[in-house]
Amino acid sequence: MTDNSSPTAASRRSFLRTAAFAGAGLATGAAQAQTPKPDPAITEVPDWTRYLGPGVQNAPYGSPSKFEKHIVRQDVEWLTASRESSVNFTPLHALDGVITPSGLCFERHHSGVAEVDPAKHRLMIHGLVDKPLVFTMEDLKRFPGRINHAYFLECAANSGMEWRGAQLNGCQFTHGMIHNVMYTGVPLKLLLEEAGVKPNAKWLMMEGGDAAGMNRSLPLSKGLDDVLIAFAMNGEALRPEQGYPLRAVIPGWEGNLWVKWLRRIEVGDEPWQAREETSKYTDLLADGRARRFTFIMDAKSVVTNPSPQAPLKHKGRNVLTGVAWSGRGTVKRVDVSMDGGRNWQTARIDGPVLDKSMVRFYVDFDWNGQELMIQSRAMDSTGYVQPTKAELRKVRGVNSIYHNNGIQTWLVHSNGEAENVEIS
Amino acid sequence: MSKSAKFAGLSLVAAAALFAATAAPSVAQHKVAAHDAGKSAGKSAGKLGVGRVALPEEVAAWDTDVRPDGKGLPPGKGTAKQGDEIFQAQCASCHGEFGQGVGRWPVLAGGLGTLKAERPDKTVGSYWPDVSTVYDYIQRAMPFGNARSLSHDELYAVVAYILMMNDVIKDENFELNAKNLATIKLPNADNFFDDDREVSEKAFWKKEPCMKNCKAEAPKVLGRAANVDVTPDEKSGPKVD
Repeated sequence: MTDNSSPTAASRRSFLRTAAFAGAGLATGAAQAQTPKPDPAITEVPDWTRYLGPGVQNAPYGSPSKFEKHIVRQDVEWLTASRESSVNFTPLHALDGVITPSGLCFERHHSGVAEVDPAKHRLMIHGLVDKPLVFTMEDLKRFPGRINHAYFLECAANSGMEWRGAQLNGCQFTHGMIHNVMYTGVPLKLLLEEAGVKPNAKWLMMEGGDAAGMNRSLPLSKGLDDVLIAFAMNGEALRPEQGYPLRAVIPGWEGNLWVKWLRRIEVGDEPWQAREETSKYTDLLADGRARRFTFIMDAKSVVTNPSPQAPLKHKGRNVLTGVAWSGRGTVKRVDVSMDGGRNWQTARIDGPVLDKSMVRFYVDFDWNGQELMIQSRAMDSTGYVQPTKAELRKVRGVNSIYHNNGIQTWLVHSNGEAENVEIS
Repeated sequence: MSKSAKFAGLSLVAAAALFAATAAPSVAQHKVAAHDAGKSAGKSAGKLGVGRVALPEEVAAWDTDVRPDGKGLPPGKGTAKQGDEIFQAQCASCHGEFGQGVGRWPVLAGGLGTLKAERPDKTVGSYWPDVSTVYDYIQRAMPFGNARSLSHDELYAVVAYILMMNDVIKDENFELNAKNLATIKLPNADNFFDDDREVSEKAFWKKEPCMKNCKAEAPKVLGRAANVDVTPDEKSGPKVD
């Protein structure tokens, strides 16, 4: 328990609350509460208020405080056969705002991170075009019409482990295959116009320059709409694990389509039926049939605090927060329930609300130690309402793997700890 | 000054010499022009003049994809018998001698009739819709860690062996080639359909969801992740103070 009382009335009230909290079993040392002692964080002189700190250029490329070292991407070892073909998870429980820091954006590779020399990287556009073209990175950076846009990228398999029931304790693991990043690049439409798309063209194939040659088919209509060929994220060059030096940004559509280390775009008249759009990223239903080309990520949300990795620590005032997104447009509203979906209140969305981009929501609430069943429900600009897990299972079965956007429940116990549960 | 910086300086000099006659282009343009001139003599591109036209040999080097109708298949041939040998040497350490999979590596064979089962086995034979995908994927991504190392004949042979393990072809001496690959049908080919969520899940577009007294009874806990106990340890995770 932190002993941070001071002689002011306000902080005395806060102190008494903390003491009551201790009495409720959340902390020990209730005896201390009897006689408030001055807070050494105030009365003592820490080293950093006395001695000189490191000078400029101590860290030419800065990193987070050493006190934040535990805020990292994490993987689930049993999930995949090797780390080169695997995934890790964004620590959503430790983030706020709407932009995911580049170094915390989850990774998913099929043959490890390709270390591409930008001077040797080429983008080729060919197939059903008037002129097959080759661009260097320098060409792309002087191509007219560069734009910036923040978009979420969610892996189609995000929450995929939860189809049969609650599996993993932490929103990092249940929902962490998502990030929201500001991209800079050239609209694909402009590059295609430069090559001249033939009238019979209907599909595109994007291919990466990694050792998996990751490739996906994409409808030409999407390519002419909002697809971005990006070389920067959050204001700097793409990170190697995010496709440096060039990646496809396919707004609102499943992450697997966002080909990294992008080196080739072929224009064709039908889809290629690549491995990643047939044997994977197809949604097997209960009747044995499989839905394919399920590109769009439906509206979804999750409460990130409190959650299993971020328990409640104080009675009284608390801030509930979380994130919501929709691949069909903008998030219109997020509702939050504290009683397992019996009653809902509309959360406050703060920060930018952009097309196919993540939003941040808050509910400021009082907690007196009662058990909570916390849920959130996103609604988007098309009127889509995030379904319950039961509603989803009813129409999809439990073998879909992909596109699980069901409502998540965190059970918060009277000691503040939270756990991932399924409820009636 | 670093080595690369020196080289950049040299190329600037070269560029300046090359473009001495032009009307004072910027330094950046000098560098790019020198760079491009050294790389190829390709024609410059469309109306913007950024990038250049790809040479036929360049397109051929990268355009190796194969479609279900057989478009893109290179000349070559191989039998399952030949493929067996290659598979045991190059693939079996992960996929198992008979494609049964080792550890968590992908299972390639078997699983017929399991797609409605509680634990479906999605293999080439039980799930994949197109033979072309097998060829295309192995060609671009396999063997894992040594991709793009098999010859066309070896690829046809390995695909033939995978088809034989799945009982799609029966004769180990059957020769798979560019002409017949696309004519072979996989058992599950007809069980895929395009995204129809906007119709089949229309109920999720509710105008106004319930806000008050939405459940008759207080919800009960039906399952807990803690009981499954597969969450990685968070040793440095938060503690209740």
